[in-house]
Amino acid sequence: MRFVFKSPAYYFIGSMEAVKEIKKEAVKAKNEVVISINNLKKSFGKNEVLTDITMDVHRGENVVVMGRSGEGKSVTIECIVGLLTPDGGSLKVFGDEVAKMSDKELRQLRMKIGFLFQSGALFDSMTVRENLEFPLTRVLKITEQHELDARVKEVLEGVGLLDAVDKMPADLSGGMRKRIGLARTLIIKPEIMLYDEPTTGLDPITSREISELILDMQKKYKTTSVIITHDMECARITADRVLIMDDGKYIAEGTFESLHKSKNEIVKAFFKDIS
Amino acid sequence: MAAVQEQELTGWKKWLASIGDQCIFFTRFFRNIFTGGFEWSEFVRQCYEIGYRSMMLVGITSFIMGAVLILQLRPSFVKFGEESMLPVSLTISLIREIGPVITALICAGKIASSIGAELGSMKVTEQIDAMEVSGANPLQYLVVTRILAVTIMVPLLTVIGDVIGLFGGFLAINFTDSISFYLYFHKCIAAIDFSDFIPAFVKTIFFGFAIGFVGCYKGFNSNKGTASVGIAANSAVVTASLWIFVIDAFCVQITSLLFYR
Repeated sequence: MRFVFKSPAYYFIGSMEAVKEIKKEAVKAKNEVVISINNLKKSFGKNEVLTDITMDVHRGENVVVMGRSGEGKSVTIECIVGLLTPDGGSLKVFGDEVAKMSDKELRQLRMKIGFLFQSGALFDSMTVRENLEFPLTRVLKITEQHELDARVKEVLEGVGLLDAVDKMPADLSGGMRKRIGLARTLIIKPEIMLYDEPTTGLDPITSREISELILDMQKKYKTTSVIITHDMECARITADRVLIMDDGKYIAEGTFESLHKSKNEIVKAFFKDIS
Repeated sequence: MAAVQEQELTGWKKWLASIGDQCIFFTRFFRNIFTGGFEWSEFVRQCYEIGYRSMMLVGITSFIMGAVLILQLRPSFVKFGEESMLPVSLTISLIREIGPVITALICAGKIASSIGAELGSMKVTEQIDAMEVSGANPLQYLVVTRILAVTIMVPLLTVIGDVIGLFGGFLAINFTDSISFYLYFHKCIAAIDFSDFIPAFVKTIFFGFAIGFVGCYKGFNSNKGTASVGIAANSAVVTASLWIFVIDAFCVQITSLLFYR
């Protein structure tokens, strides 16, 4: 065997190359489009809800979608998770067309997506613990009780409701139900979080707490989020990018601050009460 | 299934779409029985809720039905001097027809409506959607367990109801006549054979399936809105009751051809 001597400079340059490669990968991951929607259309009978929706959501990004009631904001995220089938256009999640997925592929995709419903959608015949254990035992097939307990404790601590573990959903307030709903979606550690009006029906203080919780959880679990909301405070706290929807399509896009200065009449109407 | 709900169909197209939808639901139910991950604990809970919790109602109704049948039959039998045949005719009518149909109708009222309302409200409050988007299988957890529990519990409730009905008949006979407990039940048991019991028992399995299936289908596919919970519960009872009579008519024809020619 022939020994080849390499100078320290060789190793230094090599390690620098490795660092550059890691940085490049990180930038690439950051720019990776996890949700790609192109010309999405959806009608219910004669009612055209989505006429032409196009958007990309990048990894780690918090996108807030705003618009008047009935504009199809919730329909968009229900299409993303495969609850509704689009009539036209393309909707890709992690590069795969959702409408063409088999049941098995759809189930696998859903394991990577958390969906927080407006009402929290807690299973009201189960305690908080059973609600939280439900996706773990049915989806992740975890059977070890100590692991279940550890996961339940971790998410309940995250949302600040460790005391509510044995309560029934009927015994919880609206804000608590939202927090438990959030905990249940986060317990499977999803890569994408979809929030359907997370602060609707809550008082301003609880709304703010939920918005800050969304941001904290996003930082902690490094999720990509799409947040449907009417709540400007929630949008201001959580948004990296805001999309304004009107008449079944997006009419404006930008940061919260840039849209605040927009000259568009519809956008101005949204930001009217913001100082 | 969602596609049917999303489109505004009318008339016969709506009816055909609904039939197709029910066929798909039926196929999905059967496929899910054998796909593994059977929810045993939920199944046992449903058996308790559906079976044990309905026992009192079925028992009281069957007891009264047995007594009323004897009181109604007695005058006619007295005319022919055949009072001694009362236990026999009660047993045959109770085991073959009255017991299964009355029990099934009671279960349609109690169980189909409760399943329809429960699943309907879960649909309205997005609990079923939440199960689905979490990657779990709501059909496996909510539908398979309920339909199988009803299919098993209705025949058992019918057997219990039949026996209690005979006790009601014994009491009613002793209002006016006198017969010993031993003689009464000896006559009852001697009056029936397996060709009376087995077809009636098999019929109740179909009744149970119809009740469970209709309740689950109506609840699982109810529209979003609080009014639709009531509609789901109501149409579950009406449809299940109708199915009970249709199945009964078919079963009587088949039984007549096989056993009573």
